[in-house]
Amino acid sequence: MSEVLLKAEAVAKHFGGVKALQEVSLTIRRGEIYGLIGPNGAGKTTFFNCMTGLYVPDGGGFVFDGAPLIADAPHQAAERGIARTFQNIRLFGNMTALENVMVGRHVRTKAGVLGAMFQNAATKAEEVAIRQRASDLLHYVRIEERADDLAKNLSYGDQRRLEIARALATEPKLLCLDEPAAGMNATETAELRELIEGIRRDGTTILLIEHDVKLVMGLCDRVAVLDYGALVIEDVPAVVQKDQRVIEAYLGA
Amino acid sequence: MSKWLNPRSAFGIALIAVALLGLPFVAAMGGQAWVRILDFAILYVFLALGLNIVVGFAGLLDLGYIAFYAVGAYTWALLASPHFGLHLPIWVILPIGAGLACFAGVLLGSPTLKLRGDYLAIVTLGFGEIVRIFMNNLNAPVNITNGPQGITLIDPVAFGDFRFSGTSQLFGLSVSGPIKYYYLLVALAILVIVINLRLQHSRIGRAWQAIREDEIAAKAVGINTRNIKLLAFAMGASFGGIAGGVFAAMQGFVSPESFSLMESIMILAMVVLGGMGHIPGVILGAVLLSILPEVLRYGVGPAQMALFGKMLVDPESLRMLVFGLALVLVMRFKPAGLWPSPERKRELQEAGQ
Repeated sequence: MSEVLLKAEAVAKHFGGVKALQEVSLTIRRGEIYGLIGPNGAGKTTFFNCMTGLYVPDGGGFVFDGAPLIADAPHQAAERGIARTFQNIRLFGNMTALENVMVGRHVRTKAGVLGAMFQNAATKAEEVAIRQRASDLLHYVRIEERADDLAKNLSYGDQRRLEIARALATEPKLLCLDEPAAGMNATETAELRELIEGIRRDGTTILLIEHDVKLVMGLCDRVAVLDYGALVIEDVPAVVQKDQRVIEAYLGA
Repeated sequence: MSKWLNPRSAFGIALIAVALLGLPFVAAMGGQAWVRILDFAILYVFLALGLNIVVGFAGLLDLGYIAFYAVGAYTWALLASPHFGLHLPIWVILPIGAGLACFAGVLLGSPTLKLRGDYLAIVTLGFGEIVRIFMNNLNAPVNITNGPQGITLIDPVAFGDFRFSGTSQLFGLSVSGPIKYYYLLVALAILVIVINLRLQHSRIGRAWQAIREDEIAAKAVGINTRNIKLLAFAMGASFGGIAGGVFAAMQGFVSPESFSLMESIMILAMVVLGGMGHIPGVILGAVLLSILPEVLRYGVGPAQMALFGKMLVDPESLRMLVFGLALVLVMRFKPAGLWPSPERKRELQEAGQ
């Protein structure tokens, strides 16, 4: 098992004349928390979307866990072990919190129509296991008491946690969090940080897109900075923080 | 399982069972026509529950559902009538009919499922019409469907020597054809209700609901949305095919006229009016919308005579007018349907605030 989990090779993406990503190459190692930062519109979410298969890159590609990722196949990205959350939370609003996480188990379970119709022993056992795993995950992100509430009725912070639980239900090797701390107060951010560290301790590599520079610098092992769709630097936080180009990008020199 | 052992619900189920068993004999007092109306009500329950999988569970608007019903009906008509001289037994025809309808569903679904909402509705509407026009014109150069004249003398449903048409003596009772079909249809409807309930609370049912809620998020958690949507189409279509087969056998006659766009819209109205995605609601919608026009058919004429002493409006037009008005009123005052699922009700209430 190699040390590298994900390798992006010269990934490019254009929207009309706008170069959203210009040959971005970076490497995420197993077990690390990797931060991706940059000003608004720098291409962070575009990079995410290319990686998780929602966009097809115009150039370059990804090697994940030793094999190339197929573009334009989001469900395959999840199958390979990439799970994500969304910047603007995307839960299944009219399903309960528990059901949301149960949907996350879809990719790791296999009961089909016939199983559902005939309710054979294997299907029943699988259903019990799905439910059990989902409530364990709700407990893990500490919203188990909201299990039977509709997702849309959860508080903002709980919705973020629920999205993480749903992503974890797919048993990811790489968990990608798109601005998980956006709109959170200091206490909520501190709790989120604890949660992310816990997930890493339990063996999942994390890719974090975040605006909160303090959170990123404190949490991440390595950080990459994007500006105008191009990679500025990829290094440990201490180095990135002092880099002149990064300071310029953020202060708008 | 414990809720089934609860004496109150056991009593409720027993009550419903007795009512369902006795109903056709009560209806028969008003004439066999009323038993036939009951038969059609249950056939529509079956169809509406099939469409509910596509529209209610997966959230795909299908305006051509009647096409699958047509495929099933014509399959039965061609394989069990003097038209081709074939008289295959039910356990051969029904699976073929369901299979062909399922195939038609996949055929329609695979190129169109990238479309959403209105666009999908238009394509399915076109598909429904294409199937009907095919049936209308496939009488030349080779006569397959006998064109607009339709196919007659179709075999009834039969298990061995027991035929569902005509009157027979059972347990000392004289049981008419429509009454026998009634029990067959009730059995089929119960089967489709059980399948619907089990699907809804399964891994596949949750995937359908997830797609309906947020397709991008569903993809991100690894649901192959194309295949799962196709599955909904195929399942719904198969049920339509089975209903079509029973319809052909019960009528003894099929022609393209029975599969017009109006029928598709009627079934969709049953699903929407009853409460999309909520099985008891869909059943209620199907029963009401299939029986109400018939009640009006027999009711508006005499009512006018009693009130005004003469016919003011042609009963046939008045019937559709009253029916249309009833639909508008329901949608105005109960936008989630007559009997929506608790979640959907809450959803619309919140949206209205």
